[in-house]
Amino acid sequence: MAQVSMTVNGKSVSGDVEGRTLLSSFLRDHLSLTGTHVGCDTGQCGACVVHVNGESVKSCNMLAVEADGAEVGTIEGQANPDGSLNVIQQAFQEHHGLQCGFCTPGMVMSAAALLKENPKPTEAEIREYLEGNICRCTGYHNIVKAIMAASGQDVGAIAAE
Amino acid sequence: MPKDSGIGASSKRREDVRFLTGAGNYTDDINIHGQAYVYFLRSDIAHGRINSIDTADAEAMPGVVRVFTGADFEGVGGMPCGWQVTDRHGQPMQEPPHPILAQGKVRHVGDPIAAVVADSLEQARDAAEAIAFDIEELPAVVDMREAAKGGATKVHDDLTSNICYDWVLGETDDAKVDEVFQNAAHVTTLELTNNRLVANPMEPRVCVAEYSRGTDEYTLYTTSQNPHVIRLLMCAFVLGLPEHKVRVVAPDVGGGFGTKIFHYAEEAFCTFAAKACNRPVKWTASRSEAFMSDAQGRDHVTKIELALDSDNNFVGLRTDTLANMGAYLSTFSSSVPTWLHGTLMAGNYKTPVIQVNVKAIFTNTVPVDAYRGAGRPEATFQLERVIDKAARELGVDPIKLRRQNFITEFPYDTPVALTYDTGDYNGTMDKLEAAADIAGFPARRAESEARGKLRGLGVNCYIEACGIAPSNIVGMLGARAGLYDAATVRVNATGTISVMVGAHSHGQGHETAFPQVVAEMIGIDESMVEIVHGDTSKIPFGMGTYGSRSLAVCGSAMVRATEKIINKAKKIAAHLLEASEADIELKDGQFTVAGTDKSVAWGDVTLTAYVPHNFPLEDIEPGLEETAFYDPANFTFPAGAYACEVEVDPETGKVTIERFTAADDFGNIVNPMIVDGQVHGGIGQGIGQALLENCVYDENGQLLSASYMDYAMPRADDVPFYTVDHSSQTPCTHNPLGVKGCGEAGAIGSPPAVVNAVIDALQSGGKTVDHIDMPVSPSRVWAAMNG
Ligand code: FES
Ligand code: FES
Repeated sequence: MAQVSMTVNGKSVSGDVEGRTLLSSFLRDHLSLTGTHVGCDTGQCGACVVHVNGESVKSCNMLAVEADGAEVGTIEGQANPDGSLNVIQQAFQEHHGLQCGFCTPGMVMSAAALLKENPKPTEAEIREYLEGNICRCTGYHNIVKAIMAASGQDVGAIAAE
Repeated sequence: MPKDSGIGASSKRREDVRFLTGAGNYTDDINIHGQAYVYFLRSDIAHGRINSIDTADAEAMPGVVRVFTGADFEGVGGMPCGWQVTDRHGQPMQEPPHPILAQGKVRHVGDPIAAVVADSLEQARDAAEAIAFDIEELPAVVDMREAAKGGATKVHDDLTSNICYDWVLGETDDAKVDEVFQNAAHVTTLELTNNRLVANPMEPRVCVAEYSRGTDEYTLYTTSQNPHVIRLLMCAFVLGLPEHKVRVVAPDVGGGFGTKIFHYAEEAFCTFAAKACNRPVKWTASRSEAFMSDAQGRDHVTKIELALDSDNNFVGLRTDTLANMGAYLSTFSSSVPTWLHGTLMAGNYKTPVIQVNVKAIFTNTVPVDAYRGAGRPEATFQLERVIDKAARELGVDPIKLRRQNFITEFPYDTPVALTYDTGDYNGTMDKLEAAADIAGFPARRAESEARGKLRGLGVNCYIEACGIAPSNIVGMLGARAGLYDAATVRVNATGTISVMVGAHSHGQGHETAFPQVVAEMIGIDESMVEIVHGDTSKIPFGMGTYGSRSLAVCGSAMVRATEKIINKAKKIAAHLLEASEADIELKDGQFTVAGTDKSVAWGDVTLTAYVPHNFPLEDIEPGLEETAFYDPANFTFPAGAYACEVEVDPETGKVTIERFTAADDFGNIVNPMIVDGQVHGGIGQGIGQALLENCVYDENGQLLSASYMDYAMPRADDVPFYTVDHSSQTPCTHNPLGVKGCGEAGAIGSPPAVVNAVIDALQSGGKTVDHIDMPVSPSRVWAAMNG
């Protein structure tokens, strides 16, 4: 057992974990932050994406002890301080960028990381950036559209409603 | 002007807020104090005889509560099949037992040999490694063609062969069919494979079960599309429990696509173990486990022949299909290649003579069952590929050949047991030609060619049969279930409404779309209506969500129940307004008396229903709550036309989808935004099947594609933006909303469009290729071009 301490969504937390405990399980099982999802066991699906010190990270691919001392951001901390949806979340709702919602936390966290490094990505850049996030429901159309809209681009011309 | 609320409005989804903030409640998010964890020891060989299993060492491991094997389930029922198919000789299909944990033999990689319940998952896993077993490996039957041969190793020793059934639909007289083909001016023949797929909802399956000794009640939380069906099957056929003591909850479910319809052994196991161990138990599938335990999809091998007369009219169609069942019959497996596939072989065309033959085959592979489209994509793929091939052989335009053979008069009785109520296939094709700018294709091809690429256009049609029904007919066809649905509309005193529905939403947006209907009928704000679903203790009986049935079947029940509410509310309003009931009108939430200015508001009527001081108690009961069960008169028949444009890189064989256009006729539409999303998702999966996805076993039955490293899921950069047009609308004639269903269309209509486009591209480059099996991978394309 090891003691880990970190800041999660701005709050300091700590816990006793085994060396092999993944960051995803620490968030879900120790902190009950179940918005971070686990969709695979090979680091491929991106349902578990969180931010660690501002970088997007697959939390199933990182040990909790590796995040000791880090600033961690999860989907639960994304809304505006008044509880309203942030720009990316709003765009996902506005453009129907989610269906079952299982991939959604990872998508939103990846989108946030993308827009931080590239505030006006092209369609191709978005599609390429989402390489590590699988969505089985949406066919990606409305996810890509939502991210373009969240970056302030006009998506009115994109085919279909 | 698009509406901003009610039927036809793209209301934003209210469920999104919880999903976007991490506040969803998926089964794996549920933890019960004191729960133990289940780990299944699964077979790593495809076929073997179990000589012995020794669990003594495992039982002694730290934290172990109990270890179970097949022997613990002697005398307990097995997993049932919900549809008995009758073969061409009138005999019932061969239906082998499917125990909860393997008994006697293991029959596929992933077949559970034993289950460990322990304080932690790690302890359960460690203990499973200490189970000593002697399983003698037997030769595996993997290839359907080999498995179907006499003398093949049998998957089930007690069956006469590996053939589950040999089934025929349409013209049963072979001589008559032969005659049609002999007299035909042209016959086009195609042999093809419909590749095996893994449904892969992003949320793996999970079960959490608890048992209360105090009340003798069980609760099972499970990732299901139909909690009542799970409760019924598990109670009546597997565990023999009283239904009223069992509650099944399917909370937020992260996608289903068919694979969460079925009753799985893990559900029955966890429910059983919760009592046997007197502990809540939890099982969460890993993705690798999902690959070897979720029912898989498709996997047909077909020979199809199309006969045409000298004017290019279709005169006959004959198909011969082997359909893989895998090692056991999953819940609806037997119905997929028969009543959901053979019945669709007429497609959109007036072919007078059709014969469909399907042999369902047992193999040492994971069971196969419904996956988005279920039988209809297999039918559409064969038919639309053979038509395309015929057009090329005859040198006619593929769209023209289709148009010439379209069914144009409705209702239309097909030679394969269905009656299409309505449709407008030419009108839908017109929409496609415009939306896809078919006329502009030659210029786009020239532009691609200037860049050294081959460009192809593939077009096809589809028809599907949704909302499978009516119960009395499907019962005659072998269904062991009714296919109605139910809804209860509960109006509260203050006028807000809870609607308890049998349909289950796992991405479809029912929580938003269903209230649009009720709100419009009454004329109140959508926010006053809430949908309750997914919990057998809260909703009336319901058959769940699959086969694009939710709105057509359950939505109809909801409309009927709402009509009953309105009728009763009108009686109350008539009493309050001292008018005749016949003169009461309801509009915008106000009851008025025709020809007067007297009115009473919805909220006053609902309050009166619950505070019945001034109430016609002699005529009607207080309260305002109604239930309706709805059994549809027929299937619904959404239809469409799809176009795909691809570029093929002649150097590498890589195919890229440049444009994809869908024109669908879904009848009336409640929420266009959600409908578009359903089509997008279906197209994404169809492109996945056509270009990327393939579930592969080696000759020993080892599953080679058992993770996202080996099974290629479509990613964002594999697909383009899609153009979706659903302005062609012929409302369903037999349900109150005139709706048809849209959930599966994209997955049904898109694979042939992609393959037709690739063939078109290659032929434009002078290649004589006339078919490539899916997935149309670069290596297959390259081999076809250079072979
Ligand atoms: S759960 Fe982390 S990548 Fe799939
Ligand atoms: S919304 Fe269901 S997986 Fe993306």
